[in-house]
Amino acid sequence: MAPTMLGKKLGMTRVYDEDGKIVPVTVIELGPCVVTQLRTPERDGYSAVQVGFGEKAPRNATIPMIGHDAKAGTTPKRFHAEFRVDEGDASFEQGQVLTAADMADVKFVDVSGVSKGKGFAGGMKRHGFKGQLASHGVERKHRSPGSIGGHANNAGKAGRIKKGKKMAGRFGGENVTVRSLDVVKIDADRNLMLVKGPVPGANKSLVRVCPSVRLYKGKAAAAAG
Amino acid sequence: MGTQQLLESLTDEQIKTDLPRFDIGDTINVHARIVEGEKERVQVFQGVLISRKGRGINEMITVRRIVDNIGVERTWPLNSPLIAKFEVVRRGDARRAKLYFLRDRVGKSRRLRDRRRGMKHIEGMKTVH
Repeated sequence: MAPTMLGKKLGMTRVYDEDGKIVPVTVIELGPCVVTQLRTPERDGYSAVQVGFGEKAPRNATIPMIGHDAKAGTTPKRFHAEFRVDEGDASFEQGQVLTAADMADVKFVDVSGVSKGKGFAGGMKRHGFKGQLASHGVERKHRSPGSIGGHANNAGKAGRIKKGKKMAGRFGGENVTVRSLDVVKIDADRNLMLVKGPVPGANKSLVRVCPSVRLYKGKAAAAAG
Repeated sequence: MGTQQLLESLTDEQIKTDLPRFDIGDTINVHARIVEGEKERVQVFQGVLISRKGRGINEMITVRRIVDNIGVERTWPLNSPLIAKFEVVRRGDARRAKLYFLRDRVGKSRRLRDRRRGMKHIEGMKTVH
């Protein structure tokens, strides 16, 4: 079973495929991740693998964390993450080092990261609203969200705007997952993975890469045929 | 290795190293490979190189020619595998990096002066790759 791994987004570039077409790719430094703990049904109530990624100076790590990672025979790690495995799956063991080579068979991946913070954004940027017209008498309202509904009691809305109404507000800086990205190339020597298209977050930020849970319809058909 | 160098190293092998020297203002032939179904043929586009922009794998060239008195410009990635060959036909004299002013020129003034001055450093250089 292919592991879920943590990595660092390095940046984007482009490569040519065998047809000579340009493919935009994001370069991810994938691991090395160390298996720091195995969760077992007996002790934890579920079955999972915990991996650690990124170095942390021991003076910056807490004693419990140093001890936790030392049990796996490794230095303190900056990030930890878990992924579920089937009960009785013995393909991972504590202290095992996972590298990009372990993802060699994977064709499609899901990548999660914390998106770039956009600050206080309006409805057009945050929710994709169309805004108002550029002309035809529209004045100073070109990017406004429009009506947010009535405030009256009689519509069953209790005299206030409905909860969850899409409006302007803080945008970005949240967990985002992009699914079914093509793996263009894996460079086992340098622990790099090239995936097609952009992934969430700024360069140098932490990303979580796992084999695709399921593919989009079109992509699944293409992968099968 | 810095991150930027690492990103560039990923595309190193796809960058063409055997290009002839061509400068802005030169008339060049671009041999573009065109795939039609199963068959593949080569189409030659001859025109004046009016722009080179971008670096490394992102470098793009723009070639302008006049067809039936209508200006036609095509832009290619310099390192595209779909370009089989570049040939330098004529060296032209240009004093700027982008020759967009040619778009406004009509008739004889479209032509660029042959590069007679300062040719020494490119004399004898190969013109085909």
